Amino acid sequence: MSWTFVLVLSATAYAFKVLGLVVVGDRTLPPVLDRCLALIPAALVAAIVVKDTFSAGQHLHLDERALGVGVAMVAAWRKLPLIVVIVLGAATTALVRALT
Amino acid sequence: MSDVSTPWWRDPRVRPVIGACVTLGFAVGVFAVSFGVSAVSAGASVLQACTMSLLVFTGASQFSAVSVIGSGGSASAAFGGAAVLAARNGVYGLAMAPHLTGRLGTRLIAAQLTIDESTAMSAAQDDEHHRRIAFWITGLSVYVFWNVGTLIGALLGTAIDPETFGLDAAFPCGFVAILWPLLRQRRPAMAAAVGAVVCLALIPFVPVGVPILCATVGILVGVPAETAPNEAVVA
Repeated sequence: MSWTFVLVLSATAYAFKVLGLVVVGDRTLPPVLDRCLALIPAALVAAIVVKDTFSAGQHLHLDERALGVGVAMVAAWRKLPLIVVIVLGAATTALVRALT
Repeated sequence: MSDVSTPWWRDPRVRPVIGACVTLGFAVGVFAVSFGVSAVSAGASVLQACTMSLLVFTGASQFSAVSVIGSGGSASAAFGGAAVLAARNGVYGLAMAPHLTGRLGTRLIAAQLTIDESTAMSAAQDDEHHRRIAFWITGLSVYVFWNVGTLIGALLGTAIDPETFGLDAAFPCGFVAILWPLLRQRRPAMAAAVGAVVCLALIPFVPVGVPILCATVGILVGVPAETAPNEAVVA
């Protein structure tokens, strides 16, 4: 791996991060934009969850992870602490994987 | 409300927030060990692996880059995939900007910490003060644990298979836990549903990373005014 690659990727990643913060900056946004931007985490994080649960690369893929995430959903619904949700989900996935 | 003499981190309402943020950072740090291992086995030096974690600092891009290079792909292919995955942090920046006002220097540091975890943890809080605290504590704790984990993995260098321990499921499980309280409100629940469906529908047809960017259309459920529809006309 070349240093050029590492540094160009670093600069690109930082540019994206700064871009969003700078574009909005300090300005007061119209209420409709405010309402929409506030929904970004819900929309994107939900997308990450389904991507990490049901896909492998560019393919849809159903495996042990779905069971683990299902258990995590029940745990989150029962309001268990974050670390318990993560450990239960990962342990379920590992267990089912080991048994099958 | 805490009185003036009580530092903010002693506030009994803030302590559980800090606890959750640091916990999340630790969990991500475990994952960083496997990044360190993958990076070195893909031909990166220990110093290069650590530099990536310090400067790129966005896990999905880093994993994607080393996996393309490790499987013999060109640098430009590795870069393209990693850049698309990094683009979503720009979208997070749009969402975080109203909560990260202040000096330019502070915002430039905040930018480096604008990632999945800090944005999600911040969004899960229900008041402005807690949103800022959650962003900073999560961002900083993930930063520390991610870099320590990378160093450990790069030095170990021996392949531990994250799948044996179900670690590949740890990320979606953590995000489920963070997202859950948000889903009790109607608008975020609708945005999440649209985002999830759009992402799932696009996965087979577009390059990795693009479905998540496209999930941003979910925010359009915020367009109609929240209360009576004739309110906008009156205003």
